Amino acid sequence: MATVSVCQYHRGGFSFENCKRNALLEADINKLGFSSPAARKTGTTICGVVYKDGVVLGADTRATEGMVVADKNCSKIHYISPNVYCCGAGTAADTEMTTQIISSNLELHSLSTGRLPRVATANRMLKQMLFRYQGYIGAALVLGGVDSTGPQLYSIYPHGSTDKLPYVTMGSGSLAAMAVFEDRYRPNMEEEEAKRLVRDAIAAGIFNDLGSGSNIDLCVITKGKVDYLRPHDVANKKGVRTGNYRYKHGTTGVLTKAVTHLNLEVVEESVQTMDTT
Amino acid sequence: IVSTFNNYNDLYPDWTQREVSTGTTIMAVEFEGGVVIGADSRTTTGAYIANRVTDKLTPIHERIFCCRSGSAADTQAIADAVTYQLGFHSIELDEAPLVQTAASLFREMCYRYREELMAGIIVAGWDPRRGGQVYTVPVGGMMTRQPVSVGGSGSSYIYGYVDSNYRAGMSKEECLKFTAEALTLAMERDGSSGGVVRLAVISEQGVERQVILGNQLPKFSTV
Repeated sequence: MATVSVCQYHRGGFSFENCKRNALLEADINKLGFSSPAARKTGTTICGVVYKDGVVLGADTRATEGMVVADKNCSKIHYISPNVYCCGAGTAADTEMTTQIISSNLELHSLSTGRLPRVATANRMLKQMLFRYQGYIGAALVLGGVDSTGPQLYSIYPHGSTDKLPYVTMGSGSLAAMAVFEDRYRPNMEEEEAKRLVRDAIAAGIFNDLGSGSNIDLCVITKGKVDYLRPHDVANKKGVRTGNYRYKHGTTGVLTKAVTHLNLEVVEESVQTMDTT
Repeated sequence: IVSTFNNYNDLYPDWTQREVSTGTTIMAVEFEGGVVIGADSRTTTGAYIANRVTDKLTPIHERIFCCRSGSAADTQAIADAVTYQLGFHSIELDEAPLVQTAASLFREMCYRYREELMAGIIVAGWDPRRGGQVYTVPVGGMMTRQPVSVGGSGSSYIYGYVDSNYRAGMSKEECLKFTAEALTLAMERDGSSGGVVRLAVISEQGVERQVILGNQLPKFSTV
C-alpha cells in the first residue's frame, strides 16, 4: 500500500508559532525607543429591539480608520426596503455594498411577487451571500422590519449564521449595549420605553467603547410607518472654544522690512471657457 | 454551535482565540414509536455568548429534525440546503420522506465538502417504514444509525453516563428524563454548552417541543 502524505492543514485554536519571534521583535523595537502598533478595532455599536408595535434599530455614528476617526457622523442604518432596515458593523464598504445589493434584489423580488417584502427574505438573501464568501465579506448586520408576519429582528454574522431574537447587539461596543438590554428589556414594551432603551444601549457603547462615538441614530419601524431619526440624540456636541489665537495688527513689533520686486514678463495669456451647462 | 470570525476582522474584543471546537451538547434517543432529541442553547464567539437561547433542533421535514453542532454558519447553510432538497424529493415521491434519506443527504454534503465544513449533525425522526430512527453524521461525513447518539464538545463529559444509563426499550417519559439529565450534566461541565435545555419528541402523532429553563433543570450533587 503506497503511503500518501497529506498536507497537514492548520488544526485551529491558537497558533503559538510566532510568539518567540514577536517577543524578540518587541524587545528590539523597545530598545530603539518605539512601541509596536496596537490592535485595530472596527468600532461600532449597533442594536435592535422588538417592542409592542414593531422594531427599534439604533446605531452610533463614528467611522474609524485605525486610531483616527474618519467620519464623525456616518450613517450606519441602511435602507433595505420600505419596511425593512439594516444596521451594519464591520468593514464599512462591505456593509454598505452588501445592503445595497440585497436592497436592489429585494425590490425586484417584490415587484415580481407583487407583495411587500418580508424580513425573512432579506435575511435569507443576506446569509446566503455572506456564506458564499466564507466570511471574507466583513459585514455583521442587525436586520429589522415589520411585514405581514409581524415585527422581526435578526442578527447576521460575517460567516453567514443568523439568529432571530427579540433583542440583539453587534460591533465592538456590543457587550456594553447588551449589558443594558439584559438589565432592562421586557417583552411588549411601549414605543417610548423601547426608544429610551435603545438610546441608552447605544450610549453605553459610545461612552465605554473607544471604537464607538459621536451621536445616536434611531430607526423606528412599525406597520406602515418608518421614523428615521438621524440624529436622535447628539450625545457628543463639539465644544465651543473659550479663547482665540487671533491677535490685533501691531501686537508683534516690526524691526526691519525688506521688499524684493520680482520682474515677471507676461509671455502668454489665454482664456479657456468651462462648459457649465 | 460556534459563530467564528476571521482573525483580522476584530468585530469583538478577542479575549481568547476563537474556539474551533464544536461548542454544544446534542443528543438523540430512539424509543418504541419515535425519537427524543435534545440540545443546549448556547452559541459562542470565543468567550462571548452570542445567543443564549439558540434553537439547535432544526426541522428538516414534518417528522424529521436535525441537531446541529459545530460552526453555526456551516450547519445553518447545510440544514437549509437539505430542507430544500428533501422537500423537493418528498413532493416528487408524493410521500413522507424516510429519515435515512435525510441522513443520506446530510452525509453527501458533509462528506463532499468535508475540507471546507465544520459540522457535526444528528438526524432523527419518524417515518412509517422504520419508525423512530437516529442517524449520526459527525465531522468528516460518516453516517451511521445508532439507538442513542450524543454530539458536540459537551458530549465528551457524558459518554460514561449515557453508556451506563441507557437501556433498550425505554418509554417516552424515561427517554425524556434520560436526555434532560444527560444534557444537564454536560452543560454543567462544558463551558461551551449552557442556557436552557430544548427537547422534542417526534412520533407518528407529530412533534411535541418543550423547554427546560435554568432553574428547572434536574439537580445532581451540590458540590
